[in-house]
Amino acid sequence: MTVAVDTRLSFDDVSMTFPDGTEALRHVSFGVGRGEFVTVVGPSGCGKSTLLRIASGLEQQTDGAVDVDRGDLGYVFQDATLLQWRTVEGNVALLAELDGMSRGERARRVAENVSLVGLDGFADKYPRQLSGGMRMRASLARSLVMDPAIFLFDEPFGALDEITRERLNDELLSLFQRNGFGALFITHSISEAVFLSTRVLVMSARPGRIVGTHDIPFSSPRPPELRFDAAFAELCGEVSTSLRSAHQ
Amino acid sequence: MNMLDTPLGQGEAIIATQTVAPATTARRRRGRIDIVGPLLVFAAFIGIWYLMHHWALRAIWDKPNFLVPTPHDVVRTAFFTNENRATLVGGLRVTATVAFLGLAIAIVVGIGLATLMARRQWLERSMWPYLVALQAIPILALVPLIGSIWGYGLSARTLVCVISLFPIVANTLFGLLSADKGQHDLFTLRGVSPSTRLWKLQFPAALPAIFAGFRIAAGLSVIGAIVGELFFKRGDKGIGILLDTFRNRNNYPMAYGALIVAALLGIVVFVIFGLISRLVVGKWHESTRS
Repeated sequence: MTVAVDTRLSFDDVSMTFPDGTEALRHVSFGVGRGEFVTVVGPSGCGKSTLLRIASGLEQQTDGAVDVDRGDLGYVFQDATLLQWRTVEGNVALLAELDGMSRGERARRVAENVSLVGLDGFADKYPRQLSGGMRMRASLARSLVMDPAIFLFDEPFGALDEITRERLNDELLSLFQRNGFGALFITHSISEAVFLSTRVLVMSARPGRIVGTHDIPFSSPRPPELRFDAAFAELCGEVSTSLRSAHQ
Repeated sequence: MNMLDTPLGQGEAIIATQTVAPATTARRRRGRIDIVGPLLVFAAFIGIWYLMHHWALRAIWDKPNFLVPTPHDVVRTAFFTNENRATLVGGLRVTATVAFLGLAIAIVVGIGLATLMARRQWLERSMWPYLVALQAIPILALVPLIGSIWGYGLSARTLVCVISLFPIVANTLFGLLSADKGQHDLFTLRGVSPSTRLWKLQFPAALPAIFAGFRIAAGLSVIGAIVGELFFKRGDKGIGILLDTFRNRNNYPMAYGALIVAALLGIVVFVIFGLISRLVVGKWHESTRS
C-alpha cells in the first residue's frame, strides 16, 4: 500500500455496524494525501456512501480511527442539493455565508468560482432553470468557495448523460491538478474512476472491505483521448476483474 | 424554426430551444380555451338561472317564481340602487373585517405552533390528534356554544374563524419538514444552529406549502365569518345577517345580492393570496399555477 507523505485523510481499521445490525464496513484502511485523487468503486449498497458520511462526520464509525480536518473538507453530494429558492449565486455563496465569511470576501470568491466552473451568465438563474450538468457545476462551485484541502464526491455525475459526464470529468481533473486538491471519489463507472484517479480502491459487497488497490500511473495533464488508449483499456480491465471477484 | 430568432435570455434559450414551436401553438390554443371555456359555462349558468325563474320553479317544484328572481333583477336591485348597494357594502366591510382578523390570528398562531411542532417531535405527536379533531368538529355545532359564552360581538365572531387554523398548521408543518435530507446534511456539515437551519433552510423550503395553506385558510375564514353571523343574527350587520334578514322579509333580489357579495369576497381573498404566492415563490417554485 502506498503511504502518502502528506496525508489529508486517513482511515485506520474502520468498521461500521448500524444500530439495526447491518454491517456496512469491515476493517477499512486507506489514506488520501495532498493532491491525490482516490476513487472507490464497488457494487451498489456496499457501503461506499457510508465511507464518505463517516469521513465527513455525518456518521460515527463503530470501530477504528478516522483522521481528517473536518473544517477543511468539501462534500459534493449525489444530487446537487441546491436550495431551490436561491439563484446560482446565492447557492454558491451558501457555505461561506453559513461560515460567516465577510461579505466582500464572499462576493469576490463567489464571482471567481461561478466563473471557474463555467457558469458565467447564469449567476441569477434558479436551479429549476438549469440542466443537470449545470446544477452539478453550481454544487461544485459552492464547495470550491471554501477552498478545502480535500473533497468528498458521492457519485456526483451518476445521473448525467455520458457526454456531459466526460466533459465534467475533464474539467474537474484539470481543476484539481492545478490546485493540488485531494479527493475521495465514489463512482459506479470504472472508466470514470481510472480517468480521474491516482489510485482506485475496489470494495467488496456488504460488508464493505477494500479488496483491491490499483495505482493509476498516467501523468498529468490527462487529455480526453487518454480514454481510447490501450493502456487505459487495460487498467479498466484490471479494475473490472477485481470488481467482479469482489461481487462473489 | 425562425421562432428561435426571437431574443431570449441565455438561460431561457436552453429551455426553449427544443420546445418553442409546439409550446407556442399549445399555449395559444390553451389561451383561447381559458377565455372561451369559462365564458360558455357562465352563459350556461345564467341560462339555467333564467330557466329556474321562468319555468322550472313552477313546473317542477310548484313554487312561486319570486323565490329565484332573475339575474338582471338581482343585479339592478342589489347593485344599481344606491341605498341597497350601500347596505351590502356596509355588510361586506363588517364581514371582511371579521374574516381578515380571524385569518390574521390563525396565521400567527398557526405558523408559531407549526414551527414549535417541527422543532419538538413530542409536541407534534401530542398536538396532532387534537388539530385533526378541531378540523373534524362541524363548525355549525360550535357556533351557538361560542355565542352563549362570549356573546355576539366582533371577538366571538372572530373566534369562529379558528376553523382556518388547521390548514395553516398542517401545511406549515408539512413544509417545514419537506427540505430534503441532502440539504439538511449540507447544513449539518457546517455545524449550524437550529435557528439558522430554520431560517435559511426549513422556512424558505416551506413557503410554497405555507401559501397553499393560506389560500385554503382564507376561504375557510370567510365561511367562518358568514356562518357566525347567520347564527348570531345580532350585532353589526355583516353579509350573513343581511342574507338572513332579506330572506325573512321575502326580499329575494337582495338576498341573492348578499350571496353574490359573499362569493366575491371569497374569490377575491383566494385570488389575492394566489398573487402574493406567485410573487414570493413563483420565480423558483415549479407549480405556482392556481
